[in-house]
Amino acid sequence: MPTLVSHPDEVKVLSKRFGLGAADIDKYIELDGYKATQKAIAEGPEWIINTMKASGLRGRGGAGFPTGMKWSFVPKVSEKPKYILVNGDESEPGTCKDHLVFREDPHAVIEGTIIAGLAIGSKMGFIYLRGEYRYLLNIVEKAVADAYAKGFLGKNIFGNEGVDFDIITQTGAGAYEVGEESALMESLEGKRGIPRIKPPFPAVVGLYGGPTVINNAETIANAPHILLMGGEAFAKLGTERNGGTRLFGISGHVERPGVYELPMGYSLRKAIYDVAGGIKDGKQLKAVVPGGASCPILKADEIDIGLDFDQMAKAGTMLGSGGIVVLDETVSIVEFALRTIRFYQHESCGWCIPCREGTDWIKKTLTRFHAGGGTKKDIDNIQYIADNMMGRTFCPLGDAAAMPTLGFVKKFRSEFEDYLAGARPANPLIQIQPVGEPEHAGAH
Amino acid sequence: MATIPNSIFTPTTAARFDKLATIYPVKRSALVPMLLYAQDEIGYVSDPVVAEIAQRLDLLELDVRNVLSYYSMLRTVPAGKYNVQVCTNISCMLRGGFELLDHCKHTLGIGHKETTPDGLFSLEEVECIGACCWAPAVQVNYDFHDDLTPEKMDAVLDSYRAREPK
Repeated sequence: MPTLVSHPDEVKVLSKRFGLGAADIDKYIELDGYKATQKAIAEGPEWIINTMKASGLRGRGGAGFPTGMKWSFVPKVSEKPKYILVNGDESEPGTCKDHLVFREDPHAVIEGTIIAGLAIGSKMGFIYLRGEYRYLLNIVEKAVADAYAKGFLGKNIFGNEGVDFDIITQTGAGAYEVGEESALMESLEGKRGIPRIKPPFPAVVGLYGGPTVINNAETIANAPHILLMGGEAFAKLGTERNGGTRLFGISGHVERPGVYELPMGYSLRKAIYDVAGGIKDGKQLKAVVPGGASCPILKADEIDIGLDFDQMAKAGTMLGSGGIVVLDETVSIVEFALRTIRFYQHESCGWCIPCREGTDWIKKTLTRFHAGGGTKKDIDNIQYIADNMMGRTFCPLGDAAAMPTLGFVKKFRSEFEDYLAGARPANPLIQIQPVGEPEHAGAH
Repeated sequence: MATIPNSIFTPTTAARFDKLATIYPVKRSALVPMLLYAQDEIGYVSDPVVAEIAQRLDLLELDVRNVLSYYSMLRTVPAGKYNVQVCTNISCMLRGGFELLDHCKHTLGIGHKETTPDGLFSLEEVECIGACCWAPAVQVNYDFHDDLTPEKMDAVLDSYRAREPK
């Protein structure tokens, strides 16, 4: 079972119930559970949205869109029913934070979903978990059933006449693309997870054509905490325009990998060297992928930076999903790039040609490098292809594949050249077969 | 709710599917979960599974197959009783994911998406399974096993073998 870790620098808001058995509804209630929902019912939609806006909470799935603002975009009056959709299709490589939220505090997700529903005038929410998270789905389904049994879900919740809210849990069946909000809605409607053309945006035309708020599971689980502590108090924990704390998953070559809750703006260097205990086995740091596989890589001398959306953007990368992947000096960037693009090639839904063809060509080129072929011109070609994928697809998967690729090639160009000249890592990480050999050609 | 006569599923699953078809604003929303739960019971999404689910949701079999082919967890051929899914994505790779995959190939004597002759194990190299901080990680069916080494992996495989009657 995934182990829980802790560090003195952590500020535990969202994770304060982790390890305390809060999946049990009575335990959750004992730990101030469901107070926020009752407060939300008493105070009303405007108060909820204003509190969320004041909190400075930004989407924890990766895009970092201000949550309060997202909720406020939903039209007050709608002929079609409005919906809340919780995105628990956590699939960005390097990211496993929602995994812990579902396991340790499923009622916080439920509460957040009800609160979002109260804010926008919705009576139904969906919690969608990736198919691989079956044991977590079981936990969430039990939590939902327990909440119904207590009258916290269903008709007249908490004894309030006319206040109804239902939650349906849903499983995916393996698809990274479904983490994209419009593909997620398609999947929930029983279709292939292909992105929709925007506009219209989900806040206007979403699930079943009704106005829909889609929030990441961690984002939504923050809502009850924010309503109880106050928006300003939450905002103050972070940096300007980056309110609160966030779950950071630190993985790869560190001594103490794990999910840690740190204030927004916390130093990336300290996160790696203090919180996660430094580089494994006393080795040197080579590079960091700061927010999941789609975020451009940072070199070892670029880590004196705060972990918030704006500082990361200024450094040419992204905070993404908060998955910090640490690479030591022994890692070949060529191999790392190959494994990264192999993932995106596999997960591209094939709808947009620049993404479908681009990921495939980059993968083929890097596979050729790995097999001992390739020329310097191919390095330029990789950059050319990636440049031409950027901004030319319906959903961000094309960008998600192109951005890290450009980072690898631009920041570690000489390593690609050395690799072509025959330099190979002492301990290769990847054992991929040449193109055409089915064995390792793809995960599926 | 009228149930399907001669359902290929167990009464429990059939009853679950009866209910699943009624809870959504649009019936078709039950499709992806139904396919996965059907696979859990039958072992794979067989032709009769496609036919019955199409009937339950008022869809064409073509609609069902169109969706089925999109999702990587759904399969149209049987796998082993215990499907060993080794993650080799970045976080797992950095901590020995490929070594683990190689080890499984040698110990089980099978490759990616192959099944042992006794039908007990199948092996699959998979993309990120959301256990990055506990890498390298493997899922056997739905069970997570993390922080693995080849030695620990042997113990994991043995634990599944031990579930079988002697």
